[in-house]
Amino acid sequence: MSLATNPRRYVISFIFIGVATIMLLRLFFLQNFEPKYKILANDIAIYKKVVYPPRGVILDRKGRTLLSNTPIYDLMITPRNVPKTFDTVAFCAALNIDREMYASILGKVLVRNIDVRQSPFMELLSDEQTARYQENAYKFPGFELVERNIRVYEKPIAGLMLGYIGEVSPEMLKKPRYSSYRQGDYTGLSGLELQYEEVLRGQRGVHYLERDKFNRPRDPYKGGELDSQEVSGKQLDLYLDMELQEYAEKLMANKIGSVVAIDPQTGGILAMVSSPTFDPNLLRGKERAHNYSQLYREATRPLFNRATQAMYPPGSTIKPFTGLVALNVGAITPDYGYGCRGSYGACSRGIACEHKEAGHAGNFRAALSHSCNSYFSHIFRLTVDYDNFESVKQGLQVWHDYYKSFAYGRQTGIDIPFEGKGLVPDTNMYNKMYNKSWNSCTIVFVGMGQGELLLTPLQMANGMCIIANKGYYYTPHFVKAIGRNEQDTLLRKYREKHVVLNIPDETFTTVQLAMQDVVEHGTGGVAKIDSMEVCAKTGTAENKAIVNGEVIKMQNHSMFVAFAPRVNPRIAIAVAIENAGYGAAWAGPIASLVMEKYLRDSIPTRKKALEEKMLKANLINKYVYTIDSVLRLRDLRIYNAKVEKRRIADSTRKAEDLRLYKRWIRNKLKSGNRK
Amino acid sequence: MSTLRKTLFYRIDGIVLLLYLMLVTIGILAIYSVEHRSTDTSLFMMNKSYMRQVIWLGYSLFIGFIIILTDSKFFSSFAFLIYTICIAVLIITIFAGVDVKGSRSWLGVGSFRFQPGEVAKIFTAMALAKFMSLNETNFKKLKNRLIATAIALAPAVLIVLQKETGLALVYFCFFLVMYREGLPTAILLLGFGAIALVLTSLLVNRTTLAVLLTVFAIVIALLGRQTLKRKIAPRIILISVWLFSLLFSQVAVPFVFKHGLQKHQIERIYSMIGIDVPDEYNKALVPGEEKKERTNSSEYNVLQSKIAIGSGGMLGKGFLNGTSTKNQFVPEQKTDFIFCAIGEQFGFVGSAVLVILYLSLMLRVIYLGERQRSDFTRVYAYCVACILFFHFAVNISMTIGLAPVIGITLPFLSYGGSSLLSFSILIFILVRLDADRQVLIR
Repeated sequence: MSLATNPRRYVISFIFIGVATIMLLRLFFLQNFEPKYKILANDIAIYKKVVYPPRGVILDRKGRTLLSNTPIYDLMITPRNVPKTFDTVAFCAALNIDREMYASILGKVLVRNIDVRQSPFMELLSDEQTARYQENAYKFPGFELVERNIRVYEKPIAGLMLGYIGEVSPEMLKKPRYSSYRQGDYTGLSGLELQYEEVLRGQRGVHYLERDKFNRPRDPYKGGELDSQEVSGKQLDLYLDMELQEYAEKLMANKIGSVVAIDPQTGGILAMVSSPTFDPNLLRGKERAHNYSQLYREATRPLFNRATQAMYPPGSTIKPFTGLVALNVGAITPDYGYGCRGSYGACSRGIACEHKEAGHAGNFRAALSHSCNSYFSHIFRLTVDYDNFESVKQGLQVWHDYYKSFAYGRQTGIDIPFEGKGLVPDTNMYNKMYNKSWNSCTIVFVGMGQGELLLTPLQMANGMCIIANKGYYYTPHFVKAIGRNEQDTLLRKYREKHVVLNIPDETFTTVQLAMQDVVEHGTGGVAKIDSMEVCAKTGTAENKAIVNGEVIKMQNHSMFVAFAPRVNPRIAIAVAIENAGYGAAWAGPIASLVMEKYLRDSIPTRKKALEEKMLKANLINKYVYTIDSVLRLRDLRIYNAKVEKRRIADSTRKAEDLRLYKRWIRNKLKSGNRK
Repeated sequence: MSTLRKTLFYRIDGIVLLLYLMLVTIGILAIYSVEHRSTDTSLFMMNKSYMRQVIWLGYSLFIGFIIILTDSKFFSSFAFLIYTICIAVLIITIFAGVDVKGSRSWLGVGSFRFQPGEVAKIFTAMALAKFMSLNETNFKKLKNRLIATAIALAPAVLIVLQKETGLALVYFCFFLVMYREGLPTAILLLGFGAIALVLTSLLVNRTTLAVLLTVFAIVIALLGRQTLKRKIAPRIILISVWLFSLLFSQVAVPFVFKHGLQKHQIERIYSMIGIDVPDEYNKALVPGEEKKERTNSSEYNVLQSKIAIGSGGMLGKGFLNGTSTKNQFVPEQKTDFIFCAIGEQFGFVGSAVLVILYLSLMLRVIYLGERQRSDFTRVYAYCVACILFFHFAVNISMTIGLAPVIGITLPFLSYGGSSLLSFSILIFILVRLDADRQVLIR
């Protein structure tokens, strides 16, 4: 019929084409020039899962676990993703908290953070909370349960040495070292945990997962090609002997002081005790802050690492070194003797000696084994006044240099942080103290380990390594291998042999034999080990405390240093017990028991009674608590005074400002009136 | 007459059939991509929509085959009868319908459900074609025009009564068919103009609209100033149209909304065009009280849809990599928003290919219509083209934010048996009729 084409056919076709064209244009712009949709799509559909790898475990020298991990859960919040219609009631019910608590935590989170960032809402959820939350997790958009590992100390030992971890603080986050951390991350705060943070921490992994509209994670996004795999923290192998450490801590119970035992051939630390100890499991998780402040308030200061930070006058334990320097500079020969009759009177003040019988200081070995004060005071004076030196000032400097090379008066470089330096006096220091007018008599006490000389127990033990090795040491350190690799670059500095100022082997032999005499015939008899050559030196260090401006002489520190066996030494040890009395009475037995335990793996019946006595002894003096409270009161007074001063300054400034302001107003009004 | 001698199957239009099969395949793949999970163990899982869609395709092809074998005169002969039955079913549905999301447009027998409104288009198209091709019908007469309009709109009214407004709007596409058959251009323009005016009065700020209307009137006056100078009638028409528009949008609409309509009525009107009720008509709003959280989800749907399509980019994220559609962020993504799956996974290139496929199909159908000997087939072909066009234009436009969200499907792609089956029947009847294009069908 109508075979002629109708023009309206084209109108309709044109409408079809026109609409399709508009559609295509719109699609073109929507899909190619509106990147916000891509961002939005990724925002809603891609779930960034941060995976915390397990922190490296720490093992002892025999592969026994000291510190490992166990999983726990944290609840994280991204405030922006929490919808306005959020079911607070169900949420609070799942976590078993009330609404006020929810509001207050949320308030804190918002203050601390911008709302697009994920931050912790609740940490360390209990098993019950975790289970109930997981059941209902899809109801709570914006929240996310993150699995994390918490540290577990297998035994409550070596807390200060292993250290502990805690959340990074906002102050720390500002530092470049912590640039890769985020709020809520954990980091080592002391001990090995801090020192080896980088290797223990491993590398956080980020997994991108697709999620559906119920916020449930689904498949990996793009098959996981954008994911970064987490890298587990590396394992640390220590030289520390778990059993030895535990035994030493038991022996040191109820005593204030420390034990440091080092393997002289490697510099590896076999045991390090700072007593009183505490259970490091207290310093993790939720209770850390609370327990920390409690430990901090203890009068006996368990958080103070006495092994590396406490500085004691070494007392007689320094005598081998006084002798070593005197012999080496040529001030005396091993045969040199001094006619001590119970005191040293060459200087104005007399120095008492324990021994009166003739010949107890007839030669070097006899003098050391009897620990003659007169002899060592004298040879110290002979050293610094030696003819080869221009004056006592140069003489003291030479002596100082020797001590510096023994790592005295400086940090040894041990691999836990906050090591103390100790103090070795030098010419400058005495020049300042005595206004340059001093001589060898002024400083004579240094020769017998008193006076200005202060050492840490670690330095004393390291000193034993030097004598045991006849002139060299390796920097004392805990870590034998990082991730089973003993040649890790971080450990390179501990593989370096430090040779002390050139002292010939014979001189060391002399000193070693003298120290062997100490055990076999002298003051250190308690350290004897059957069929083994043990070298040791006792020490009884006088010390004072300053309380309310008064100098009070306190009971002596009990000191003991030793190494064994003399040939091919395997252990060097230093024990210091505060205000306990004679070195031979307390420090000596503990040192000998620890050595015996390490070398022989058991305590002979002969020493059982001694062991029992040491385990039971309580050597913490009552006045420790008194002094502590006095000191704390003093600190509080100083603090209060400071606050008061600031307050007064503040109000004065305010009053001044007000005065100036009023004057300005008055002037304004006056000039206004004039106009 | 040479073509008649060729067998029936040889006379079938291959292009339409090919386009149809391409679109259906794309649809099943799109549904599959939305539903696929990496944990799926087997491709053939009967509880999945894509498998059900495959089964529906089977039914459709079977029915299509039967249609091909049917005598072409059958459709014109029974057009009115089927149309009457259809109207009756629609009326029954109003009362006996199953309540689905507030509308009663579904008939249920056991677990089987179907939507008569979806199928009614076919029979309306046939009835309209039949009426227009009657020898006694003179489409220049107003009476016949009114009858044609009644045939086209009767199902729409019934469907509105079923509260399925989106589906009812489809029937307005028959005006385009009537335009082809001789309806004056003015009526078409008037219709478009009225729709545009109502929509803009609701959507556009009132002052802006007044300025726009005035500018529009001035532009028309400038373009037609020769005519306006010579004759008085166009001047009056122009001025009165302009005045009417102004009055309607500035006075009538605000007055009706503020004083005439109830709160729920206003809400329904606005939710139908897919936007929030403006504050000035929001009767729930007491001064000083803060605005309530939105309950209308169509804005959310469109945003998610735009995110999915917009994030596709030029080439798309790749098959099965659509993070938005795969993980169910887009609501109704298997049915009304299936286009998102294409846009997200295949980007602009894929979307453009799809748009061009639809356009080709529609233009091919028009071409088929124009080569017919009989008016019945031509009108029917135009009906098919216009139904496809309406569905295609509104559905894709709503997914990309160009049109309000009304629930109508994308032909051949959207998941759903009623939709696939009715569009298949629509196409197959056309193909059957076209095969007999040299025969005069009345």
